[in-house]
Amino acid sequence: MAETRDNVRYLASHEWARLEADGTVTVGISDHAQDALGDVVFVELPEIGRTVQVGEEVAVVESVKAASDIYAPVAGTIIGFNDVLDAAPETVNEAPFDGGWFFKLQPADDKALNELLTPADYRALCAADDH
Amino acid sequence: MPFIPHTALDEQEMLGAIGVPNIDALFDEIPGNLRGATLTEVPSGISEMALQRLMDQRARLDEVDLSFLGAGAYEHHIPAAVWDLVGRGEFMTAYTPYQAEASQGTLQLIYEFQTMMTRLTAMDVANASVYDGATALAEAMLMAVRANKTNKSNRIVVAGNLNPNYHAVCHTIVKNQGLILDVLDYDPSSGCLPGSVGAALDDAAALVISYPNFFGGLDDVDYLTDQAASAGALVIGVVNPTALALIKPPGEWGARGADIAVGEGQPLGIPLASGGPYLGFMCCRQQFVRQMPGRIIGRTVDQTGQPGYTLTLQAREQHIRRGKATSNICTNQGLLVTAATIYMSLLGNEGLRQVALTAHAGINALTDLACQIDGVTVRFSGPVFHERVLALPVDASRVVDKMAVRGVLPGLALGDWVTGMAHCLLVNVTETKTAADIDLFARLLAEVIEEVKATC
Amino acid sequence: MLIYEHSRPGRMARAQYVAAEGVSPELANDLGVHARSSTLGLPEVSELEVVRHYTNLSSKNFAIDKQFYPLGSCTMKYNPRGAHAVASIPGFLKRHPLAPLANSQGYLSCAYELQNYLKDVTGMQAVSLTPMAGAQGEFAGVAMIRAYHQKRGDHDRVEILVPEAAHGTNPATAVMCGFVVREIPVTKEGDVDLEALKAAVGPRTAGLMMTNPSTCGVFERQIQEIAETVHEAGGLLYYDGANLNAILGKVRPGDMGFDVLHMNLHKTFATPHGGGGPGSGPVGVGARLAPFLPTPTVGMDEDGTYRWLDQKDIPDTIGRLSSFMGNAGILLRAYAYARLLGAEGMNRVGEYATLNANYLAKSLEKAGYALAYPARRATHEFIVTLASEAKHQHVTAMDFAKRLLDYGYHAPTTYFPLLVPECLLIEPTETESKAEIDGFVAAMTQIRQEAMTDSALVTTAPHTLPVTRLDDVKAARDLDLAFKVTA
Repeated sequence: MAETRDNVRYLASHEWARLEADGTVTVGISDHAQDALGDVVFVELPEIGRTVQVGEEVAVVESVKAASDIYAPVAGTIIGFNDVLDAAPETVNEAPFDGGWFFKLQPADDKALNELLTPADYRALCAADDH
Repeated sequence: MPFIPHTALDEQEMLGAIGVPNIDALFDEIPGNLRGATLTEVPSGISEMALQRLMDQRARLDEVDLSFLGAGAYEHHIPAAVWDLVGRGEFMTAYTPYQAEASQGTLQLIYEFQTMMTRLTAMDVANASVYDGATALAEAMLMAVRANKTNKSNRIVVAGNLNPNYHAVCHTIVKNQGLILDVLDYDPSSGCLPGSVGAALDDAAALVISYPNFFGGLDDVDYLTDQAASAGALVIGVVNPTALALIKPPGEWGARGADIAVGEGQPLGIPLASGGPYLGFMCCRQQFVRQMPGRIIGRTVDQTGQPGYTLTLQAREQHIRRGKATSNICTNQGLLVTAATIYMSLLGNEGLRQVALTAHAGINALTDLACQIDGVTVRFSGPVFHERVLALPVDASRVVDKMAVRGVLPGLALGDWVTGMAHCLLVNVTETKTAADIDLFARLLAEVIEEVKATC
Repeated sequence: MLIYEHSRPGRMARAQYVAAEGVSPELANDLGVHARSSTLGLPEVSELEVVRHYTNLSSKNFAIDKQFYPLGSCTMKYNPRGAHAVASIPGFLKRHPLAPLANSQGYLSCAYELQNYLKDVTGMQAVSLTPMAGAQGEFAGVAMIRAYHQKRGDHDRVEILVPEAAHGTNPATAVMCGFVVREIPVTKEGDVDLEALKAAVGPRTAGLMMTNPSTCGVFERQIQEIAETVHEAGGLLYYDGANLNAILGKVRPGDMGFDVLHMNLHKTFATPHGGGGPGSGPVGVGARLAPFLPTPTVGMDEDGTYRWLDQKDIPDTIGRLSSFMGNAGILLRAYAYARLLGAEGMNRVGEYATLNANYLAKSLEKAGYALAYPARRATHEFIVTLASEAKHQHVTAMDFAKRLLDYGYHAPTTYFPLLVPECLLIEPTETESKAEIDGFVAAMTQIRQEAMTDSALVTTAPHTLPVTRLDDVKAARDLDLAFKVTA
């Protein structure tokens, strides 16, 4: 059973979003997602300063068998990306919730995260998926 | 029934094993009203012997003694070893190398091709080819729009002296994705792009430069590349691989080099064959490699650490990415890549240089002789590579028709290709033309021009 | 070893040096600033080294000429040498694409007749031979659909429908033509879900792209209802010709209601696959789309001479797709194939391709394999699912494929269509004998046994090829796409 974390919210498309103490949001993909993708070979990350709408394609994660779009969980401005992934894309597989984060954004509305799936909702979604 | 090996006994046993009385029963899921089509246009089958005879007859109708036609497809000597090797069943009847372990021959060969193309063009990476030079250019335009992060534009500036058929193909392919092709006019006396482009490149995703251009001429690629770079536009170079033995490769244009280089690989050991199959090569800067369409071969290792070759970066391609693919392309021109790779290996640096040099000397010699004919002049000033436009004192297509009757194709009459050039002839000389051939050309040209004048 | 690793400065294939006397490097002085100063970087080897290197490389390949290649949807039939020989006759091989009409009648007569044959076998009104591959043929077809609606002034039709089992080129092509793609589900029996289709069509539907037999290897039984549904909604029906081999000479796409199609001559008409290409993807259309055909096509005048038809003749053409006029050499091979087969031979193709596939399917079923659609007739191909083997023996379709290589068979298509888990899509073609098929069944039976008793043999296959399984993760992570010579 894939790991889930309780300090984040989720999208049905398997991104997680974590509200940090300073009000920024960090985004990555879940353990379930990295497992389905297989070995990650490349991650295409957004530029700093870009404003994004909720649901907009912001990044691409590529494995040998698939290339998936990563969607912005909330509207906001990109303020940082994980440059470790350039030389070590496998970090996404090894530590999807920690060192394998993708990008950070400054949300337009700090309540927006509440719209997303709770860890319990997400676990239920994955359980249904696995059948 | 040709190519179907079944004996009556085989058929009986197979039907028995399936449990049906006859082959027709296997089609019982198909609605009856859809079956029973009768072919009315396809004649009865003929033997291979009869086919050979028929085709020999037809092929004879198309033979000519001597040709100076170029305009995107060039007659070069193809060493005998090339198609002898390419014709081996192991190359010719192999499939796309999806099962890499069973295709190391093809895969290694394509890796070698990719290597040779990067060296020849002085670019970082090459793909395994696309259909032809024109579609390679269309794909490069789409790629430039995707890849240009500075100028997020749908506008491509295209040199006015690009092969008109290339322009037409690009228009067909890119128009449905909202790209706009803006033509940058050439100087009427040089046939080359102007010495100053002004604001033409501002906010363009890319500039397309043809080198040599359609008229054989050589544009100021350094200046144009630098201008494009400062305007934030990517540079797409459309180049001829034989020419690259003598003239500057796109990776060395201007201060930064071109961003994408494409072209027609037919001159590299591929016969004229009525226009195809050819091969379109695509090369680019390392940072754009993930935007490049088509197949790419990478080197890796197997379980024992031995080097091996495999298709890579497939996640971008249609069979995985589907609607978000970089292109819908499936094929690469495997057979032709095989020919080109063997050709380049046989000729090597010096061999290819000699081909290019002989062609270059040839066009200059032909020009000198032709311009001694009363009324014949060079249409555009400046140096060329292996092709030149001659301005004739009469309609060029009439000259072509009269010379063709004498067994010589003198070149391409440009009346249908470029407005206002009905009296112009685009002439190509390659290493296949001897001094005697060039003399004959000049002599016949003089004769035919007189004939045409006399009937005016 | 790479050809570059054989390279030595000063090695050369002297017989290929063409420089006549008097051609010295000074003759390039007029190039001035345009002159190249850097090295070309090509290998420097002797002619024998080249011949030996590439001959040895070729022997590392699997090929139809060597082994059975049951790749579903690829139609790996015998590539007749006779077709290759006539396409290589000097008059054809040396003909320049822009040669005057008077010097082109030989080639044009073959192209014109091929257009007619292709119209005949597909039941269409007009054909263009210019698309250079199936994907380009698809592009032409979808672009014509778009041109048709735009000409009618109907700009709302922005959607192309595609069955969820469709080949990836279909949605990719639709997007390239500026459409939005909508997927239609496929039922458990392998047919397009007609109810879902009826719900999906409407004023936004430009068309439906599909193939018949479908990518599930079964005949789309409700094709006439599907055609009606799409046409009633004002859309057009596109036929992906990848599976034409199943019905060649038996059923015509035009009769099924299709408005436009592409053919894959490198599949159905036996032109050589060449390690990945070239292909050829001519398009055929009904009367409605004939005004939009890509140019040039071949026409015949009253006096029997042939000529090119271009924009002047087809003013609403979607345009030109290739620098010249398509993969002419491939078209000649297809023409030769059609002449060798004749009408009777065409009929036989569909019949024996279907016989072979059904026999193979039944034999594999008897050997214990699970067919994906056991209640359906196989067409020219069928699907086996290894979901059970994957679950119980932890041996995947990929593993079976690799182990087959050790037995000297090229693997079938794997993991396509995506909606059948752990699948093998198997297409024997009509040019394979019963004996060859029986041999394949024996190998598959053996491998199934191995999966149960010694699965490591299968999961680490292949063992007898020039390389063992390749690390494709490393290939994609540490990109090495060109040999870097240390100067």
